[in-house]
Amino acid sequence: MPFQSRYVDGVSSSADDTMVQLLTPEGKFKPSASAEEFLPYFEKLTDADYRKFYREMVTVRRYDTEATNLQRQGQLALWVPSHGQEGAQVGSAFATKDQDHIFPAYREHAIAHIRGVDLINIIRQFKGFTHGGWNPFDPKHKNFHIYTLVIGSHALHSTGYAMGIKFDGATNTGKPDKDEAVIVYFGDGATSQGDVSEAFVFAASYQTPQVFFIQNNHWAISVPVSVQARVPLYTRGEGFGVPGTQIDGNDVFASFAVTAKHMDDARSGKGPSLIEAHTYRIGAHTSSDDPTKYRSDAELQDWIKKDPIARLETFLKASGTEEKFFAEVHQEAADFAADIRRRTVELTGLDSSSMFDSVYSEPHVLMDEQRQWLAAYDASFEEEAQA
Amino acid sequence: MSVQNLPLAKAINLGLQAAMAADPKVLLMGEDIGTLGGVFRVTEGLKTEFGEHRVLDTPLAESGIVGSAIGLAMRGYRPVVEIQFDGFIYPAFDQITSQLAKMTFRHEGALSMPVVIRVPYGGHIGAVEHHQESPEAYFAHTPGLRLVSPSNPHDAYWMIQEAIASNDPVMFFEPKSRYWPKGDVDMSASGYPLHASRVVREGTDVTLVGHGAMVSMMLQAADVAAGEGTSIEVIDLRSISPIDYAPILSSVAKTGRLVVAQEAPGFASVGSEIAATVHERSFYLLEAPVLRVSAFDTPFPPAKQEAVYLPDADRILDAVDRALSY
Repeated sequence: MPFQSRYVDGVSSSADDTMVQLLTPEGKFKPSASAEEFLPYFEKLTDADYRKFYREMVTVRRYDTEATNLQRQGQLALWVPSHGQEGAQVGSAFATKDQDHIFPAYREHAIAHIRGVDLINIIRQFKGFTHGGWNPFDPKHKNFHIYTLVIGSHALHSTGYAMGIKFDGATNTGKPDKDEAVIVYFGDGATSQGDVSEAFVFAASYQTPQVFFIQNNHWAISVPVSVQARVPLYTRGEGFGVPGTQIDGNDVFASFAVTAKHMDDARSGKGPSLIEAHTYRIGAHTSSDDPTKYRSDAELQDWIKKDPIARLETFLKASGTEEKFFAEVHQEAADFAADIRRRTVELTGLDSSSMFDSVYSEPHVLMDEQRQWLAAYDASFEEEAQA
Repeated sequence: MSVQNLPLAKAINLGLQAAMAADPKVLLMGEDIGTLGGVFRVTEGLKTEFGEHRVLDTPLAESGIVGSAIGLAMRGYRPVVEIQFDGFIYPAFDQITSQLAKMTFRHEGALSMPVVIRVPYGGHIGAVEHHQESPEAYFAHTPGLRLVSPSNPHDAYWMIQEAIASNDPVMFFEPKSRYWPKGDVDMSASGYPLHASRVVREGTDVTLVGHGAMVSMMLQAADVAAGEGTSIEVIDLRSISPIDYAPILSSVAKTGRLVVAQEAPGFASVGSEIAATVHERSFYLLEAPVLRVSAFDTPFPPAKQEAVYLPDADRILDAVDRALSY
């Protein structure tokens, strides 16, 4: 009998016991047996933390919806929606410390927001104003690196960075509040890239203080995860010496607790590890995609029932959070989105000669010549107009 | 003693040693470069001197080496990567061209990428496939990279240190057929900036320009031509990107004839770029079209054919004669 993939297309076999879950899709706090070792991390959270998680998820979903609308209205060339993946992102982001470095793929809008990036900067990227948008080394961005569009290539950058932390002796010093670690995000599709495998090799070889966080949203554009992997992705690192944990990525508590433990382990010299978060891209891959061509409505509806925000809302209401809180959060999110809309429409100005400014860090003869040529060329039209 | 007579490989070794001693952030990465000292022994002794965290015997994965070097540079290190052979650089092509080269631009200048990629390159060593190539044009076409190639031990000693000091990525092409011949190295001063081309022999009738191992080939051709009454000026390009045109254009103003020599195939090559630029800038000063002497546009052939494939002094002289015939 041929080896059977443990994935059926689009839907994981989530029935097994390995997946760490604290909050069920119905919003009940009912930790799986596999959650036990992570519970001490969850127990550090307060009611205020739960509400903070909720506020972030709602805010960024509203932002994402606004950006999708702005794209449809011709304001953006492209949009990459994060709808559905807020649980995996918000929980893990709050599990990091300020000194940690975060290497995102390109859909990590919630993490960007939590780390202090003004989300208009992601809009600027998709409106064609920048290839990056923020300086990760500016303390206000808390080491949140810019997006990477070549799938998986940033895994190696994160590993190199983590090698540097280790060479600097900036981790495993016995001071967890100072010890540094790295977390890198990528999707199920990226796990097929050679660079991700090479990152596992280097991470294991140098025992980097590093967590690989796979957001398995089940679709790499139109290709299901069963094509990328014949085994569950949390086991992908094992052969490289990078052990993994599988979590319900739509459970923000599981994402927080498991990431917090993995990052603490990384900081305390236990080497690299991996988290596979089962989640789902409710929206399209990008605004140019049409998911109705490759996945069924039944599958979509099934995942909508597992929504990360809805389950936390049920939990919060059951534990006594007043309606007023939810109304406030939704109003704040609406205001946030309105502000993004206003600033998106107002975005103007990109000096054409700025393309020459940062190709190199040091003076370069071709940049000087071509900057001057362009200035003279532009000036020739002004002279013509005056003549 | 301020002048030492050294092989080029040893000159690079001493240049690396000086750079590592001067800056604790300089580290070396590559396959077999530590305990073994590299397959060409360029890094010999450095792991013993500086330790395994300054000289990394990395896993055997070129993309991994360059990609992790990028991360180390983000952390403030100045990695010097060795690609073992020219033809093994392609697994790292994305990390070099899409990542390393574009990082500073993508970060709008907020991040520098002081990474050096050392590439032993070129033929004349009778090796198997993938061990004798000249891939510089691929990288010269990529904005964000700087490319240099020393032709002699003195330049090798200084240029490797200048490349490491650069805050931009520098690809350092080492002419492996020139690793062993010795030359004088003035240990007290470089004499030229990293991106300067340089007249290495003065002449009046025809100008020859080239880089790396081609320089000794051009000087050999100039000796033969002198015996036949033709005076040849030879320019060592040194910098492949950017190209320092001033000495080339001054020379062409004097000779009116230019031949560009290179080990790489000629189609879409560095030589093509030089020929086009000199035509654009010196059209009325030229007595003949700029001629290119290149390898043939075939893959690098089996070693028994390399003497036919690679240009030699005779092929250069043939082009000199054609230039003089106009």
